[in-house]
Formats: sequence, C-alpha cells, structure tokens
Amino acid sequence: MNKVYIALQDNDVSRYIVEAIEADNPDVKVQYQPAMIRIENDLQLTIKRETVEEKIGRDWDVQELHLSLITLGGNVDEDEDAFTLSWNQ
Amino acid sequence: MAAKKLNMKDKYKMLTRDLDWEFSYQDRKEAFPYEEYEGIKITDWSKWEDPFRLTMDAYWKYQAEKEKKLYAIFDAFAQNNGHLNISDPRYVNALKVFLGGVTPVEYQAYQGFAHVGRQFGGVGARVACQMQSIDELRHVQTQIHAMSHYNKFFDGLHNWNGMQDKVWYMSVPTSFFHDARSSGPFEFLLAISFSFEYVLTNLLFVPFMSGAAYNGDMATVTFGFSSQSDEARHMTLGLEVIKFLLEQHEDNVPIVQKWVDKWFWRGTRVLGIVSMMMDYMLPNKVMSWREAWEIYFEQAGGALFKDLARYGIKPPKYVDIATAQMDHMSHQTWWNFYNFGEAAGFHTWIPSDKELDWLSEKYPQTFDKYYRPRWELAKKMEAEGKRFYSKGLPQLCNTCQVAMINTEVDDPTMLVYRSTEYKGEKYHFCSDGCHDIFVDEPEKFVQSWLPVHQILQGNCGGADLETVMREYYGMDVGVDNLDMKGSPDELRWKEWKSA
Repeated sequence: MNKVYIALQDNDVSRYIVEAIEADNPDVKVQYQPAMIRIENDLQLTIKRETVEEKIGRDWDVQELHLSLITLGGNVDEDEDAFTLSWNQ
Repeated sequence: MAAKKLNMKDKYKMLTRDLDWEFSYQDRKEAFPYEEYEGIKITDWSKWEDPFRLTMDAYWKYQAEKEKKLYAIFDAFAQNNGHLNISDPRYVNALKVFLGGVTPVEYQAYQGFAHVGRQFGGVGARVACQMQSIDELRHVQTQIHAMSHYNKFFDGLHNWNGMQDKVWYMSVPTSFFHDARSSGPFEFLLAISFSFEYVLTNLLFVPFMSGAAYNGDMATVTFGFSSQSDEARHMTLGLEVIKFLLEQHEDNVPIVQKWVDKWFWRGTRVLGIVSMMMDYMLPNKVMSWREAWEIYFEQAGGALFKDLARYGIKPPKYVDIATAQMDHMSHQTWWNFYNFGEAAGFHTWIPSDKELDWLSEKYPQTFDKYYRPRWELAKKMEAEGKRFYSKGLPQLCNTCQVAMINTEVDDPTMLVYRSTEYKGEKYHFCSDGCHDIFVDEPEKFVQSWLPVHQILQGNCGGADLETVMREYYGMDVGVDNLDMKGSPDELRWKEWKSA
C-alpha cells in the first residue's frame, strides 16, 4: 500500500496537530525522531481545522501548518477547513 | 456590516490569476520567448493548480513569523556559546561541506527561479516561482548567518563562496545547477522542483537535520527545518509541474521522461557527498544513508512513480543501479576524501571502533567484505606514524564531475570507466547514466569546467597543488586540510573542554 506522509517539527503546536491527526485518521503511524515527528498513513491523511482547534483551544488557520511543516509526500489539497494528502490509486 | 471574508480559493484566484492581463498590442510569444523551444506544448495555462493556494499577503505573514522564530534561536545559540554543546568537534566538518556545497546552490536556485518566474506564460506558475525565488534567497542568508557563529571558532568556513566553483569536489553541486539553469524553463523546473526537491532533497534536509539536532547543533537544525518548511511548498510545486505538463499534451510525456531520467541520475551523483555526511560525519547516528534512501527514495519515490504511472511515466532509468550503489556510496566517498585529505578544505579521520561496528551492522552485505579491511589497514598505518595521503587529484567524470570512484554493480572491486569520443576528443564517465547524458547533449557537456583539468592546463594559479590550494582556493594550507587528529580545530576543542 502506498503511503502518504508528513513530517512536523517537534514543537508545542505540532503536539496538538498530531493529536488531531490521530483522532481523524485512526490507522496513522506516528514516529518520533530527533527534533521531528513523522506521520504516515495508507493512501490518505487529513488534518481538519475543527479538530486542531478543539485540541489546541484557540482559532487555528490551516495555513499555520507552514510554520511547523518539514516535509510531505502525496498530492496536496488545501482549503480553509482541511489539509489533505493523497495518492490516486 | 463587515464585508464577507473571501474563502481561500477565491482569494487565491483574485490575488494570482486576476493579476494577469490580456496582450492587446504585443505578441505573447515575444513576451515569453523561451516557452516553446524545448518542444513542450501548453494548451491551457488556466489548468495550473497551486494546491497550497498561498497568496503574497499570507506568504509574507508566515515567512516573517518563521524568520522571527529562527533568529531568536540564532541569538540564543550565539549568546550561550552553543558550539560548545555539539557532540564532537569532528561534526563541524559536515558544516564546512554544507556551507561550500549547499549554500551557494541555494543562491543559484534563487537566480534560477527568478528567471523562470518571469518566463512562464501562466500567472499561477509565475507567482509560485517568484515565491520560491525569495525562499531560496532566505535560505542562503539564514545558512550564512547560522554558520557565521561557527566561523568564529573553527577553521575552513572563511571562504566558502570563493571555493564553490573552483575546488575539485565543490564543482559537483555547482555544475549541477549550472546545467539546470542553462536549460530551458520547463527543464529547469523538472530538474530542480521535481527531481531535486521532490525526489531527493528530503535525503539531505530531513535525516541530516534530525542528525544535527541529535549532535547538539541547535542552529543548524533550526535553519534546516525552517528551510525545509519552504521545501514542502517547493515539493508540491514540483509535483504540480509534472502533472500539469503530462496533462497538457501527450507529446510532453517522452520529453518529461527524458528529463526525469537525466535529473534523477544527476541528483544521485550529487548526493554522494550527503551519504558521507550521514554515515561518517555525524558522530551521533540517527539512521544510515541506506535507511534514509529506503524511506525517502524507495518508499516515497515508489509511491510517487506509481501515482505517475497513469500518465505513462516510468521510474527513472538506472534506478536499480543507483539503489545497488547505495550500499557502497558513502564508504567509497569518505575513503576518497580520506585519501585526498591533503587537498580537501575540511578534516578527515578514521572512524572509531564503535563507528566501524555501526557501519558493519548497517551495511551487512558490503562493509565487512569490502570496506572495513581498508580502515583496519589505515588504522595500522596511522599507528605506525604512516598516515597516508594520495598525492595529486583524482580523475573526474565529465558529466557529474564526481571523482571516478564508482564501482561496477556486479564487481565492487572494479572501477567503472565509460568513455566516448566526440569531435576527435575522448571523454570519461563514472557511469552509464553520466555517459548517456553526455551523448544526448555533447555540445553542452564538452564545455564542462573540470577543476582537475583546469589545474593541469595551468588555469588555477600555480603548477603545484599547495600553491593552487593557497592562492586559488583560498585555503589555509596545513590548517584547514589534513587529518582531524592534530588539527588546530581539535587542539582548540581540547583547550575549551579542559578549561
């Protein structure tokens, strides 16, 4: 199965983003490496604004993701409510 | 009542697409003169999608925030003598390679994207390239600022810009970018945005930077990840470019495939030096180069090329050979620098026994059989006071400019020598991949500025190596080069730590 992935800096905001990803993508695999967190999933992974806001306890703009992002793999689709990575197969 | 806030898609449309205009009295072809000569056919630029939909206002906002965070850390690092917290002074030599090999090509990327950001007929592509151009300039600046602290305390960081297009190994990344920038605009994007950014830069910026963190280098990991947060956007541009070209016209498919093949191979040759940084220059290990290749090329690239298969794109030519060589690459590269350590602008060393054991464990098929015996011999010679330096300089491949150290896949004791004749001259290559690239564009690659040839032709400031290094490369001979053992870097470190 082809995996999409995203890597985030291991910081205080990413902690909540990872919690949100785990809540919305139950099969996701999270690996902690020095200074970074790598998250991968089969074919698709979604980060939902609403879930991140619930975890972080404040408004969160999906584009704030740029501040913690290290790298990603997959086709990106982004709007104001969600950020999605996917492979078409 | 407050005006309704635009949603992201509408805002993106208004702040990019709406900035374009129709040409009423000028010919569009004259305005974008480079758009057709590569044979690429664009039927509808409006089909271009920027998945991040980042507009200039949001770009400045988030980039400013990234910079503030980054510079706060640089200040803290400098104020707290952060260089004393690194794992081992040998580590700084990886930074010397980085500053000479990577930072100048970030500048070339800035120049390249500024150029293509003007040359595309589609406004979405132009805006994305302009943002990337500014990003690349930011990377140059932040890298110089991060390294300037190390330059106060360690040798070999003082003349990276003067060395980048002259020194016999720095010409590898420099010529890679010269090749891309002297190509047409679509080939440039395929080369840099797709093959380099999407397929290969993760190998440098993710595991190596994680390794920097693991070796106590707060400044480098922070600029590395700050740069890489831009790269995620660049990678997305790379994937968008290839999909857009393939969807625009079926005639684009063979052209794109040729570029994928060429730039994948060019990229793997440039990465030789990164493989050595990962396996030999990080005292605290995160993962081996082979493991990084599996995660960031074989898995991630595998998924990518399966996704592109529906367009008729195949994985790059010689990917099997590149993958087989990953069990050898770092060992051959570091051994080469150990041998030519008299002519390098950084220090080399024999791995410790613990490091040799780690390499044996990570490379069970190759290390004990082919490479460990060399290090055991080097250790024996060093113990006898006979640290060995090869005199002179190695022969270079006419395409990638890497020293001819690559070996045959079916016999790792045999160096690869490929050659061709063109207009009565003979040209040498390290691999079939580099041979094929030359044969396809001989008029370009006969112009290769090969540092070793240039020295022998008398174009580098002197007739002997020491004069060339001192006068032309700007190295402090006897200080910047030679073994880590007994170097001024090592002596200073011992003084600081005993104080």
